[in-house]
Amino acid sequence: MSRGLYLLAPMISVTVALMTFIVIPFGAGGDITIFGARLGGLIVAPDLGVGVLWLLAVGSLGVYGIVLAGWSSNNKYSLLGGLRSSAQLISYELSMTLAVLGVLMASGSLNLEQVVARQGGQFWLGAIPQWNVVPQIIGCVVFVVAVFAETNRLPFDLAEAETELVAGYHVEYSSMKFAAFLMSEYMNMVTASALIVTLFFGGWTFPGMGRFSGWPLLVLSLLSFGIKLAFFLWLFVWVRWSLPRFRYDQLMRLGWKGLLPLATLNLVWVGVAMTMGWIR
Amino acid sequence: MGTAVFYLVAAVGVVSAIAAMAHRNPVVNVLSLVVTLFSIAVSYALLGAEFLAAAQILVYAGAILVLFLFVVMLLGAPAEPDAGESRPFQRTAGLALAALAAAGGAAVVAAIHAAAPAGALRGTAQALGVMLTGEYLFAFEFISVLLLAALVGALVLVKRKH
Amino acid sequence: MTVPTSNFVILAAILFAIGAAGVLLRRSGISILLGIELMLNAANLALVAFGRQHGQLDAQVFVFFVMAVAAAEVAVGLALLVAIFRKQQSIDVDRLNVMRW
Repeated sequence: MSRGLYLLAPMISVTVALMTFIVIPFGAGGDITIFGARLGGLIVAPDLGVGVLWLLAVGSLGVYGIVLAGWSSNNKYSLLGGLRSSAQLISYELSMTLAVLGVLMASGSLNLEQVVARQGGQFWLGAIPQWNVVPQIIGCVVFVVAVFAETNRLPFDLAEAETELVAGYHVEYSSMKFAAFLMSEYMNMVTASALIVTLFFGGWTFPGMGRFSGWPLLVLSLLSFGIKLAFFLWLFVWVRWSLPRFRYDQLMRLGWKGLLPLATLNLVWVGVAMTMGWIR
Repeated sequence: MGTAVFYLVAAVGVVSAIAAMAHRNPVVNVLSLVVTLFSIAVSYALLGAEFLAAAQILVYAGAILVLFLFVVMLLGAPAEPDAGESRPFQRTAGLALAALAAAGGAAVVAAIHAAAPAGALRGTAQALGVMLTGEYLFAFEFISVLLLAALVGALVLVKRKH
Repeated sequence: MTVPTSNFVILAAILFAIGAAGVLLRRSGISILLGIELMLNAANLALVAFGRQHGQLDAQVFVFFVMAVAAAEVAVGLALLVAIFRKQQSIDVDRLNVMRW
């Protein structure tokens, strides 16, 4: 039976990583008509009412892949990696969700297309685009840090710490099963970067987009989304080579005593600012 | 299409529920229950309760059962010991009670015999949110106190005494 | 094509019966908690089905509360199991015959 679970673990990881991207809008349709159908916006699942909830729900399933890999390998390093990872993912999910909540409050919708639409086209003081990062800088920082922990990237890669656990939960994996784990990690990185861009940095919108329509708008919006995405992917790699790994108790302290109060503070700030009419 | 999806989901749900209750390996139990809860989430979606479907996956599959899995591993996946003394009375009584519960459900179904309503009811996040912060505000606040109490209780229970 | 309410109620009854059988027959504490979860979920499914039958959203609000209560119950229940396991290296409920320490 354990053999079945051993094979199932990488499949869960890859499937979950592939399923999360479908609610992220990645470009403007520009009202083009293709094959007789009007193109509204570039997104895989446009009518999913629960929007970002889907992303959080499915994303939280990724932990099964890691925990099962750790357990079914019958290796103490793997088991330790799996246990660490499950505690870490549950802890950081709270701060991440609270940070997302601030954006959802400001946007008044769970649908990411509307979150993007609200951030585009208008400016503060004539020059600063109305991205959520400006009023919610605390939320943005909390979200980026939490997302690093959720994707098991370096300052928080306790689940696969080479110096302590050999390779953590995938120490017993090889060939395509190992590749599946790495692919899912990198797919999660892309999804996480896309989510940062969509929630806090205006998604595919770009300054001066009101002057374009049709094909030029489509291409430019894709380009804008791609450049922002590439920047955050670069950030992931840059942080990996710059910061040393946290110790496990430091990781937990940062999550519960650092990020969670900050995320709550951001939520309170957004509520107050919306009530006073400072951000609409 | 909805009917076909329902039968597929119901079959998967029942089979995995049986596996969740009958298999000897606790990790398999937990994982089978994840599949069952997924099928219930799809049922919610079929019933128009889209917010609950997402919340079901987020709360149950994403948090509660991960907690189960965590405890199973913390305790080293204790396999259930072979039934030392077989207890025929207990076993028969248990199965009879379970059958009684199923029969009760069937009796309720026989009593309602109503067609599905024509108007679709959509439990969107917005609709539920309005009810939660309006009509049910007191219960909603009370739930947060309950969760806090559970959090403190769990911490007190697992804290090692020095 | 909507699925009739009775189908969902039958599914809920079957799931509830399976959960009840698990609670009554299993001896591992974890399996008993899993059975309780299954029963709660079956009840939730019936609630949502009946709520649609009557065209009211209140049932879904109740289900939301049941989920929150279930989360609290699991947290305390699992903490109890861990405490019991530390005490007697077993979570077999048949061996829980000591009420004081």
